[in-house]
Amino acid sequence: MPALNLVEAVNRALARAMEDDPRVVVLGEDVGVNGGVFRATVGLLERFGPERVVDTPLSEALIAGMAIGMAAEGLRPVVEIQFAGFAYATLDQILNHAGRLRHRTQGRLSCPMVMRMPCGACIRAPEHHSESPEAIFAHVPGIRVVAPSSPARAYGLLLAAIADPDPVVFLEPARLYRLWREEVADDGAPLALDRAFVLREGSDLTLVSWGAMVYETLSAADALAREGVRAEVIDVATLKPLDEETILASVAKTGRCVVVTEAPRTCSFASEVAAVLAGRGLTSLLAPVERVTGWDTVTPLARLEARYMPDVPRILAAARRALAYR
Amino acid sequence: MSVVARFEVRYTQYLDERGRALGPLPEFARDPRALVPAYRAMVLMRALDAKAIALQRTGRMGTYASTLGKEAIDAGCGAVLEKDDVVLPSYRESGVLFLRGVAPHRVFLYWGGDERGNVFPESPRDFPFCVPIATQLAHAVGVAYAIRLRGERRAALAFAGDGATSKGDFHEALNAAGVWCLPLVVLVVNNQYAISMPRRRQTAAETLAQKAIAAGIACEQVDGNDAIAVRDVVGRALARARAGDGPTLVEALTYRLSDHTTADDASRYRSAEELAEAWKREPVARLRAWLAANGAWTKEDEVALERECAARAEAAAKAYLETPPPDPEQMFRHLYAQLPAAYRWQRAAACGEATEDACA
Ligand SMILES: Cc1ncc(C[n+]2csc(CCOP(=O)(O)OP(=O)(O)O)c2C)c(N)n1
Repeated sequence: MPALNLVEAVNRALARAMEDDPRVVVLGEDVGVNGGVFRATVGLLERFGPERVVDTPLSEALIAGMAIGMAAEGLRPVVEIQFAGFAYATLDQILNHAGRLRHRTQGRLSCPMVMRMPCGACIRAPEHHSESPEAIFAHVPGIRVVAPSSPARAYGLLLAAIADPDPVVFLEPARLYRLWREEVADDGAPLALDRAFVLREGSDLTLVSWGAMVYETLSAADALAREGVRAEVIDVATLKPLDEETILASVAKTGRCVVVTEAPRTCSFASEVAAVLAGRGLTSLLAPVERVTGWDTVTPLARLEARYMPDVPRILAAARRALAYR
Repeated sequence: MSVVARFEVRYTQYLDERGRALGPLPEFARDPRALVPAYRAMVLMRALDAKAIALQRTGRMGTYASTLGKEAIDAGCGAVLEKDDVVLPSYRESGVLFLRGVAPHRVFLYWGGDERGNVFPESPRDFPFCVPIATQLAHAVGVAYAIRLRGERRAALAFAGDGATSKGDFHEALNAAGVWCLPLVVLVVNNQYAISMPRRRQTAAETLAQKAIAAGIACEQVDGNDAIAVRDVVGRALARARAGDGPTLVEALTYRLSDHTTADDASRYRSAEELAEAWKREPVARLRAWLAANGAWTKEDEVALERECAARAEAAAKAYLETPPPDPEQMFRHLYAQLPAAYRWQRAAACGEATEDACA
């Protein structure tokens, strides 16, 4: 089995999908000759040709919209948006069309497309290159929102997203692209969408996260373990639709929950998790749900990123508050 | 200093305002009887339009966007579309859809507020009505790209209004269509208004067609009230597209003889004199005059057609009004290929099969 980092796993999944299904096309800015600015599409042009690995004009709204047209005409487009901060121009197409086409035509046309994009901060990139727009997309009916947090899950979830008959926004954690390698069987096997992953079992506390922040959350769980606290760690993975049952089952066991995201706090996806627990898990809760989030500020430039991002100490502080609550 | 490029925009018109040929007609119009189906379709469009407005005025339909004045465009396009082409309408192309075989009561159903109006079993690959201005042009690029990728002899025909040409989506679509030499025709229905905004304040450009020049694609203007000219220009553009010779922007000049929609009052922003002038150029009377002058249409034909169209409009209204209202489950049906488990309780609650708190 090859040891792959996350961006290589994305690349393998794209190649595998293109190999297995001639309807799959990859399109976006610099995805062809250049192999993508993060190299997620490297080698695809050589293998599959410029008709299926499409360097597009610099036109985000067009790219998203044309993917809708391609999908309706029977292709399986996989769009790359260069950075999540530039995906806002696609919102019109995703909200008004991708998520509605099947319903608007009562099943006559459908929109099996994937829109991938790197997101998140701490890659020392310029302004607008560090956004976490998952809550914005998760608000859109008719689509799925997926945020992998490891090479193996990126591989399996991306294959599942491409095979899915409906539109999927696929949020890749840029900060994790090259952080570590793990064995990924390039076997073409998709992972289940709509399912959260319990990464670590524990009975004292539930830590919930997704995307890049899963990394810090696992580190926090390690630190807690050294203190004898057994934290259960859940990677939400598919934010929309949310696997409420896995989270509720965990909190039924632990009674205490910390939700971690680097997105700004207000109306963040952490708020949705907290609302689910307040609505359906109230009798399980032994402590208020803690949200560890980015501040309600713009994502700062690189020199202040470390003061913006939730980090292990902040997660630990929240965990201790939750554990101490009587 | 030297000139590096020169551009020109051609304008095509065959019939004058009173239906007299201005010069030699295209091949397909040598036998005037060949234009009778287009004329019949135009009269039917008008009857259906009047019926829709009557239904709205009597509280039996929602806000409706009239097609009054653009019948020659819809009929001209309908005549040259092939079955396997793909139409991407705005909200004002009911006429084109009728000619694609879409049953009129479906269009009424859509404006009556029912998604089932966008189910076109008669032309299943055509796109539904599109309300967000110009967004359909991006879809058309994707459709045309798919057609080209598979090497098929088909084309996409997308419609947009004059207001749409101010949006980025319009320019992004033309630009991309040019880059990939796509089998796409974009038809701009220049009806002189975007709600209250007159064409001359929408852009300083002399023509809307010329916006394609910057994208490096073919463009031309056509008299959108001249069914023969529309059929000629769009027919050639579609033929080029299918043959792999690239995209075209066609600007069809017409005039919106109606209010913007039934929710609008155009007298707030344009004069009765202007409207009266525009009526002199309207397309239906023009084609009828030409057909009559060439022995292809009689008074008796007209009386019979009017009776037939009134009956068809009546039948469409009846079919629409008799369609049972959708059940609430329709909100969830086809939202996804399969409704995710997470939302099943919402469906049950919306359908009154469960209470919200029991599920939450
Ligand atoms: C993106 C967007 N902005 C605003 C509107 C509201 N609106 C509906 S129709 C219209 C005018 C469109 O004018 P034009 O493109 O010339 O088409 P026409 O209605 O004249 O056929 C506006 C502003 C809309 N539907 N979509």
